[in-house]
Amino acid sequence: MISVHRLTKRYGRAVAVEELSFDVAPGAVTGFLGPNGSGKSTTMRMIMGLDAPDAGQALIGGRPYAELTWPLREVGALLEARTYHPGRSAHQHLSALAAGGGIPRARVGEVLETVGLSEVAHRRAGTFSLGMSQRLGIAGALLGDPGVLLFDEPVNGLDPEGVRWIRDLMKSLAAEGRTVLVSSHLISEMALTAEHLVVIGQGRLLADTTVAELTADGGSLEEAFFRLTSGSAAYRGTNVTPPTSASSSPRRTR
Amino acid sequence: MTTAALSPALPTGGYGFAHALRMEWIKLRSLRSTWWALLVVVAGMVAIGVVTMANTKVPSADKTAGFDPTNNVLAGVALGQLVVGVIGVLLVTGEYASGSMRSTLAAVPRRPLVLAAKATVFGGVTLVLSEAVAFVTFLAGRTALDPAIPQPSLTDGGVLRAVLMSGAYLGLVAVMAVGIGALTRHTASGIGALVGLLFVVPAMLAGTTGTTVAKFFPTMIAGNSLAVSRPMPDMLTPWTGFALLLVYTAVVYAGGLRVLVRRDA
Repeated sequence: MISVHRLTKRYGRAVAVEELSFDVAPGAVTGFLGPNGSGKSTTMRMIMGLDAPDAGQALIGGRPYAELTWPLREVGALLEARTYHPGRSAHQHLSALAAGGGIPRARVGEVLETVGLSEVAHRRAGTFSLGMSQRLGIAGALLGDPGVLLFDEPVNGLDPEGVRWIRDLMKSLAAEGRTVLVSSHLISEMALTAEHLVVIGQGRLLADTTVAELTADGGSLEEAFFRLTSGSAAYRGTNVTPPTSASSSPRRTR
Repeated sequence: MTTAALSPALPTGGYGFAHALRMEWIKLRSLRSTWWALLVVVAGMVAIGVVTMANTKVPSADKTAGFDPTNNVLAGVALGQLVVGVIGVLLVTGEYASGSMRSTLAAVPRRPLVLAAKATVFGGVTLVLSEAVAFVTFLAGRTALDPAIPQPSLTDGGVLRAVLMSGAYLGLVAVMAVGIGALTRHTASGIGALVGLLFVVPAMLAGTTGTTVAKFFPTMIAGNSLAVSRPMPDMLTPWTGFALLLVYTAVVYAGGLRVLVRRDA
């Protein structure tokens, strides 16, 4: 599981993430929602050890990412559309990652098959469309068969069939008992994919709850989201009591 | 279900330098541009060596003492270092530009291992290749020499050392360039720093203050201290020059490492 504890990141005087705390439990898809610039990607990069927090910590299974024994076999991440060199093929890119992660070479072919890129595996990845890039990124995340998965805006650039595929993929990964954190600003997509929700605005926690609870008053998730985020500046994170602390939802029974 | 139950077969011990090395080797191998550029180094150095030797005139009586055809045959190092240096810078800055640094650090989050692997793989490949090229250039170049000039031999005093050190120089440039790439993180500034260090600054200094300061710059050391069978007056001796290059390489590498470890990727 993922534990974020009082995480804070500033860029000069601008605060990207402030005193952010939440846990992501295995066995369910947790949606990470927030408006553009709310700090979702920054938080994910700090979980991955790519950006150093100014305060607080992000732990995976109790350890910072940099101290994992087999990082790619413990955590898989789709961070941004392109995290590969355009001159390499998908197969070469994944082979290098597999070597670095101590993952058997045979996995490369398997994950390329899973994401549907087998046909273009040996083509220069620089020629890929955004959707194909996303698929290659997802292949990289799945490469080490990890128990923890992070997806930053995974449906970007995917066609409707691809959107449905990634939705089903994330649900089945969670159903296998994995920890799945997926960020998005697409509320409708989250309504279909996630069970749990962590909502942030201006780098602060607005809600740590379930989709069911957030829509308990009969309204849509979108209405609930706007209610939360429109007041985010005034709330400063403290006026919203995370309802899950008293919740009996399954993610709290670890 | 817990994470541990999903991956029960994780071997103990964890990843290490060997994994980082294998990853960087696959990455180096899989970029075709690297091999084309290295081919330019090989062809360029041999061609420059042969042409320079073919144009070497019989020295006049007063110049016989300082005459050193070994120095002429190794003239191609000047070109070789530029190509090697640019590849080395790109090896790091290209990762920032493409975003692949993030997948690299996801696989190997201990950053010192990443830079060490890059420097070892590229420095090693360059060293092996440039030593071979230095020998081939020497052997091919001397056959192009005017028959009136006695051909230098590897067994002549200082010649073997000059050839070996010239090859080793390019290996050091490779590591230095990886360090410059990690220091600057951007291709334009990285190549700018490289060209400034290797060509522009020493040339300007040579034009204004002669060899006094310029002789301490890598290119001058390579041409006037390493690639000579007999030490030149007013220049650093071969071993002093070589030791200084080792210090430069270590300093630049350490600077790059510091930036890589401290800055957000």
